[in-house]
Amino acid sequence: MTPPQAGWAEHPAALALAGRHRVRVWEPIPWVLALTFYFAFPKHLGFGTELLVTILFAISLDLVLGYAGIVTLGHAAFFGAGAYTVGMLAKQGIWNEPVTGLILAALVAAAVGLGSGLVLLRTHGLTLLMLTLCTMALLEEAANLAHDYTGGFDGLDSLPIAPLFGVFEFNPLYPKTQYLYVLTVLFVCFVFVRTVVYSPFGQSLTGIRENMLRMHAVGAPVRGRLVLCYALSAAIAGVAGGIWAQANAYVNLGTLGLDRAATVLIILVLGGYGRLYGAFVGAVAYMVLSHFLSKIYPTAWQLGLGLLLVVIALFARNGILGIAEAAVRRLWTRHATS
Amino acid sequence: MMKRIVAVAVAALAMTTSWAQAQEVKVGVNLPYTGIGAEFAQLVDRGMELYLKLNADKVRPYKITLIKRDVKDPGGANAKIAVQELLTQDNVDILAGWIYSPNAIASAPIVTAGKKLAVIMNAGTAQITNMSPYYVRTSFSMWHAGYALGEAAAKLLNAKTAVVGYTDFPPGKDSLAAFKKSFEGTGGKVIDEIPMGGAGAVPDFTPFFQRAKDKKPDVFFVFVPAGDHAAAVVKTYAALGMRDAGIKLIGPGDITQDTKLQAMGAAAVGLITMHHYHADLDNPENKRFVEAWKKEYGATTTPDFMAVGGYDGMAAIVHVVQTLKGKIGVEQALEALKGWKFASPRGPISIDPVTRDIVMNEYLSEAVMKDGRVFQKVIGKIDGVKDACKEQKIGPCAPK
Amino acid sequence: MIFGIDVASMLLGGVAAGMVLFIVSVGLSVTMGLMGFVNLAHGGFAMLGGYAIALAMKHWGLGFVPALVFGFVVTAAASVLLERLLYARLYRATELDQVLFTIGLVFMMIASVTLLIGPENQPLALPAILQGQINLGITQYRTYSVVLIVVGIVIVGGLWLGFERTQIGAQIRAAVDNRRMAESLGINIARLFTITFAFGSGMAALGGGLGAEFLGLDPQYALKYLVYFLIVVAVGGLGRVTGVFYAALLIGVLDFVLKKYVPQGGTAFIYALTILLLLWRPQGLFGAKVT
Repeated sequence: MTPPQAGWAEHPAALALAGRHRVRVWEPIPWVLALTFYFAFPKHLGFGTELLVTILFAISLDLVLGYAGIVTLGHAAFFGAGAYTVGMLAKQGIWNEPVTGLILAALVAAAVGLGSGLVLLRTHGLTLLMLTLCTMALLEEAANLAHDYTGGFDGLDSLPIAPLFGVFEFNPLYPKTQYLYVLTVLFVCFVFVRTVVYSPFGQSLTGIRENMLRMHAVGAPVRGRLVLCYALSAAIAGVAGGIWAQANAYVNLGTLGLDRAATVLIILVLGGYGRLYGAFVGAVAYMVLSHFLSKIYPTAWQLGLGLLLVVIALFARNGILGIAEAAVRRLWTRHATS
Repeated sequence: MMKRIVAVAVAALAMTTSWAQAQEVKVGVNLPYTGIGAEFAQLVDRGMELYLKLNADKVRPYKITLIKRDVKDPGGANAKIAVQELLTQDNVDILAGWIYSPNAIASAPIVTAGKKLAVIMNAGTAQITNMSPYYVRTSFSMWHAGYALGEAAAKLLNAKTAVVGYTDFPPGKDSLAAFKKSFEGTGGKVIDEIPMGGAGAVPDFTPFFQRAKDKKPDVFFVFVPAGDHAAAVVKTYAALGMRDAGIKLIGPGDITQDTKLQAMGAAAVGLITMHHYHADLDNPENKRFVEAWKKEYGATTTPDFMAVGGYDGMAAIVHVVQTLKGKIGVEQALEALKGWKFASPRGPISIDPVTRDIVMNEYLSEAVMKDGRVFQKVIGKIDGVKDACKEQKIGPCAPK
Repeated sequence: MIFGIDVASMLLGGVAAGMVLFIVSVGLSVTMGLMGFVNLAHGGFAMLGGYAIALAMKHWGLGFVPALVFGFVVTAAASVLLERLLYARLYRATELDQVLFTIGLVFMMIASVTLLIGPENQPLALPAILQGQINLGITQYRTYSVVLIVVGIVIVGGLWLGFERTQIGAQIRAAVDNRRMAESLGINIARLFTITFAFGSGMAALGGGLGAEFLGLDPQYALKYLVYFLIVVAVGGLGRVTGVFYAALLIGVLDFVLKKYVPQGGTAFIYALTILLLLWRPQGLFGAKVT
């Protein structure tokens, strides 16, 4: 083996690799925007809260889909697991403190993720897709059957969530506390995911996604890594679900439905998967479009969305961020050659 | 020349003064305009608009502006956002709508926090009106029809045994509880209860109906959501030859919804339903209503119980606006509606001052063929039916 | 004796339901096995075909059988257009892109039908001879169910013959088992796929029309039953006509039996069973083991 030579560490490729995890100049922008939104649009905070929760959920999906390459249509299973944990504990009067409630939600969802991951991740392709779908559907049916605890189709309403830190109340009409609470949780989770992605563990996930055979050949514990990634992603999805239940003081079967799972997949792809910020861009684009287009011309919204998906699949596989990246790259090369 | 200037000036003055007089009242409407409930949203919406059109004189000098929001699905979350935005962004004076019970249940805390009158125009789960002190319902509760039918089945149809088939979600369970309570209270016996799938996709009813047929009851009480479920129920009943086996199919009027009835054709003949409204009701208000509907929306269309929920809901709103002279405070609005009476296309209705739910007639009807179309013949009537669930404080309406 | 009647009625009802599932899903199974393409829009073709059939009967007065033929042809033609223009570009794409494309396509299908025709259920008037009851010796049974079973058996027989005895059938089977080898033998895969796709979509249309009596027909049809079609295909094994047939029967009969005896938990059981089956044999009950 060639011993490392002087000057290698200064090679541009080496510098690029070493500096991948550093915070870029534009990274604080989404957070600044989110805070600005709080002050600029106090009447749209309900929409804003829903948007932030969706971003968190999409980030959790990005971890499994964008980084580990697992295509799943059943991610709402973990969202719902978290939501119902919070909901059932609060409704039965067992536990209604918000922050610890979230931790519990994450733990339950992670357990579901670990359990199902160990069993399901032996398969791939259509089989895996079907299995994730059926697992989620099974959970939904179970929640419907256990309607004495879960409220069934009508769900659990008016959850008595305790005020945050005993001081800040969750007002259903003016969700200021909810917005800031969700924003903080989103920030914490995002920092966590970002650290994971740029860690050696995260790199190995990318390796598994790009070329699983070679990772096996290198001796990486592929299945173990995948299952761990799946469980982590499930935990974050569970946090998203739990915080959704807390912010809305409500939980029902929709948290476990195919509709929610399909929507988050669409959102992530729209923004661009495997790019961490794709979740932000996708969620904003989708929800803003959906909110305003469906007001103007409701049925056309579904037509437009379908058309958008077809176009993305055919021409813009990496979503909005992919298009932006390509544009930036073209500008750079033009700049470099001129 | 001078005359013309004066004429124009006078006209302009008249217009501005009358415009200043027409005080605007904003009504925030939430309905599932897209998605699986689109059909129902259209019926309620049309009912509301038709009331405003037919009774423009009763609205004057106020102007009622409808601000409409799409809730897309029965999931609850979108309904919450819609109601929240109607209250905080559009600053509506009155809320209205709600097709699906889960949406009404999810909206309850916001309605209470918002302190505005909220008129429920469809959602039928009994205890919804208990969830917020500002909910008033002009549609129905599952118990109105279910409870009344239980008694009617035992007394008028002389049924001793019944099998109940119901879609497995809260309105279905409500219907079961209501029917069972009154049927068994009048000497009948429910020998089997069959949950028949969820409210989403229409299941193949054959195995459920086969099981009911095997039990050989006098009547088979069926509750399914209005729409495609009902059409499939009627078809399966006919296909399995249950009528010839001597089993009467009965249920609340959801299974003979007017908009689906004609498509069911001869298979629907013999169905016995209990409901507060169908388009064949014989009273002058309804004749006027149906005629105006057909003129406005097409000769082949027909109103149904959802449309009349919207119509009567708008009547309630206009009553409130007139009584309070355009200044809508919620406590005064509730006062104005307590004991409010109205001649509706479904007969005389009023709002119960205690429960804020509707009090109305229930009609027992049998589907027959008449003049080449399916006609609902009224064979019995019960006046002034209240929601028995809240009246007797049983089941989900019992005090916690 | 009574037990016998019970079992017979159960089997007949479940088998009839299974036949509808089979007719719709067989096209999906073959196209997925042949090209490895995840086509979630398959339910959309069934819906479009069903609408074509119902509307042809309603507005042009076509008889039931001519309308079925019409639906088959129209849907097959439309699918060829879509396949050549759009699907063909994504054969080498990732599974995710295929999933997205077909979801987008089915959204467009649903929205178009809702906008053009309306969101309500589309009734399909069966001819009078197919309605009502038929006497089968021991018991009366629903005529249409019996008809469906007969039709289903004829179709599976015809398909089996087509796959086993014709050259094109052999080519398809070869391509499903080992596409590269088939290609190197000179088989025109692209043309084969267009033909198979057209046929599969036509079959879906047929299933949509035949099954309208049980499953109804409205714009949401395309997504409502998608999970069931996918389950049948995954459990049966991709590209295997007999596999899809047995899987469809299994799901159909199980669903029926469960609904009758355990109506509370019916669907949950189907999902649980699917999970167990797929974990035991990920390639499906009859699929080829992936090397």
